Amino acid sequence: MSRFSTPAAAARIRQRKTVDRVFVVLMGIAAFIAVSLLVILLYRIGSSGMRYLGPDLINEFPGRRATGSGARHALFGTLWIMSLTLLFTVPIGVGAAIYLEEFNRRDSWFKRIIQLNIANLSGVPSIIYGMLGLAIFVPFVAVLAGDARSGKTLLAGALTMSLLSLPLVIMVAQEALKAVPSSLRDGSLALGATRWQTIRRVVLPQATPGILTGIILAASRAIGETAPLIVVGAAVMVNSVPTGPFDSYGVLPLQVFNWAQRPQQDFKDLSASTIIVLMGILISLNAIAIIMRMRAQRRA
Amino acid sequence: MAAPIPNSAGDRAAIMLRSKRGNQRLIEQFIQGGTFSATLVSAFTTIGIVVVLLLNSLPFFQQVSVGEFLTGREWQPAGGKFGILPLVSSTLLITLGSAFISIPLGLMVGIFLAEYAPRKVRNVVKPALELLAGVPTVVYGYFALTVVTPFLRGIFPTIAPLNLLAGAIVVGIMTLPLVSSLCEDAISSVPRSLPDGAVAMGATKFESIKDVVIPAALSGIVASFILAISRAVGEVMAVAMAAGLMPNLTANFLDGGMTMTAYIVNTSKGDLPRGGIDYFTVFAVGLTLFFITLGLNLLANKFVRKYRQVYS
Repeated sequence: MSRFSTPAAAARIRQRKTVDRVFVVLMGIAAFIAVSLLVILLYRIGSSGMRYLGPDLINEFPGRRATGSGARHALFGTLWIMSLTLLFTVPIGVGAAIYLEEFNRRDSWFKRIIQLNIANLSGVPSIIYGMLGLAIFVPFVAVLAGDARSGKTLLAGALTMSLLSLPLVIMVAQEALKAVPSSLRDGSLALGATRWQTIRRVVLPQATPGILTGIILAASRAIGETAPLIVVGAAVMVNSVPTGPFDSYGVLPLQVFNWAQRPQQDFKDLSASTIIVLMGILISLNAIAIIMRMRAQRRA
Repeated sequence: MAAPIPNSAGDRAAIMLRSKRGNQRLIEQFIQGGTFSATLVSAFTTIGIVVVLLLNSLPFFQQVSVGEFLTGREWQPAGGKFGILPLVSSTLLITLGSAFISIPLGLMVGIFLAEYAPRKVRNVVKPALELLAGVPTVVYGYFALTVVTPFLRGIFPTIAPLNLLAGAIVVGIMTLPLVSSLCEDAISSVPRSLPDGAVAMGATKFESIKDVVIPAALSGIVASFILAISRAVGEVMAVAMAAGLMPNLTANFLDGGMTMTAYIVNTSKGDLPRGGIDYFTVFAVGLTLFFITLGLNLLANKFVRKYRQVYS
């Protein structure tokens, strides 16, 4: 360090370099902690959940003993909720995104308010949507079903989850539409195509991978959320598989919740097995999204 | 006079074209109207939430004064005691405790990913964080019950079986990916020339981050903190499972407690009679929760807009 005029300056430089190195190590440790948390979580679930991971889990209903108990009703309930939610939320969400990005491209006060509103809705706690569902969808579905006793059925749950995942679908679809170069739109319009023809044949095919990501995210939310469904009446004591939107239902996360809180270790392990099924569905959905995105990219 | 009868192939083609154009215009209008109505659904959702919460908590506030609700120190709806402070204190402890984990750790991971991580390490850490963010919250509840609390009992033998500390820890883990990914975005959006200039002037990398990058990305970073806090306030399943359902005005993390969200979900499960005092109480607590998170989210939006204005 002879370049520096005084030993004090050289010492200061050394000190600054030490701080720099310590900082790098700290960052690395933080990242390591984050990854290890995931590893611990997965390991714990895997090791406890293997015990009851078998055909009983998807063929049987909850019983009084952990052995022989299953979550068949909840598995089907989750699949029902997911499908119905997508049925409502995808057309509405993608439609809204198309309106905001294609039909009404100019900046206006209306658009700004709608945009701010969507951003705020995405931050509303999920349980608030549950309360909206309890006050509106549950009585509405009861009237639809012609059975005043209860509207706490699949349909009320799916409508609630649709509103919950709507902001996410709109925002992701908007991003996907924004990413389509406007030269493509202009070219199509210049050749005499109408707006809708342009959207359907030019813009949407380009934006499909992005929109698909949004749909998968919405599906994941519909599968993983529990609290709003409890509020609108998902039940634990169900001993049949739902056959239609007006049936009562349970969902996998609710079964996890219920079994994890039992004092017996057997039921806690059963809960872990159910988590494996739940996360298996989530991970395969995301894998499908990734594969479809890669295929679409190869075609483009 | 009768309408002109098409008498040549050319006329027929012209009329067909005209009616096809008419159809197209109809389709255009139909689609535009349809997508416009879809847009309105989001507006009606907000209106619906506000109206439902206000209308249904009104009967509650006719029986319990706002002052009593907001300052009462006991929460026993069955005994006619409706002071929300025990619920607020539990929510506050969970939120603060989780922020102690998610904010420093999330910020450090965000800086690490944006500034230091080599590609190979990034390819491990990023998907791990995404997976952590995608884990359903009941799974974190399970984790709190079966891993965190038993672990804590080794350190604090007097800890309650259901306790606020375990809830705070799992909510901290849950919100960590939110903080780290938003911080990473904020830091990456700072133009490279700023820290590069600092390094060229002799600053170490750490100094360029501390004195240049972080101040430049500050509004985005702060927004991520606020969003994490807002998520923690609204979290339900993990805290209900970890901290329990005992309304408890406490500042001790080792005690059990009941958050606002836990009260709502516990009371509204099963057959909650419509129009009873419990029904309206749920909505009064929901209204409080809604205003708290709305305030936090608007604040975060303000910060986000600030940093967008500067760099893009």
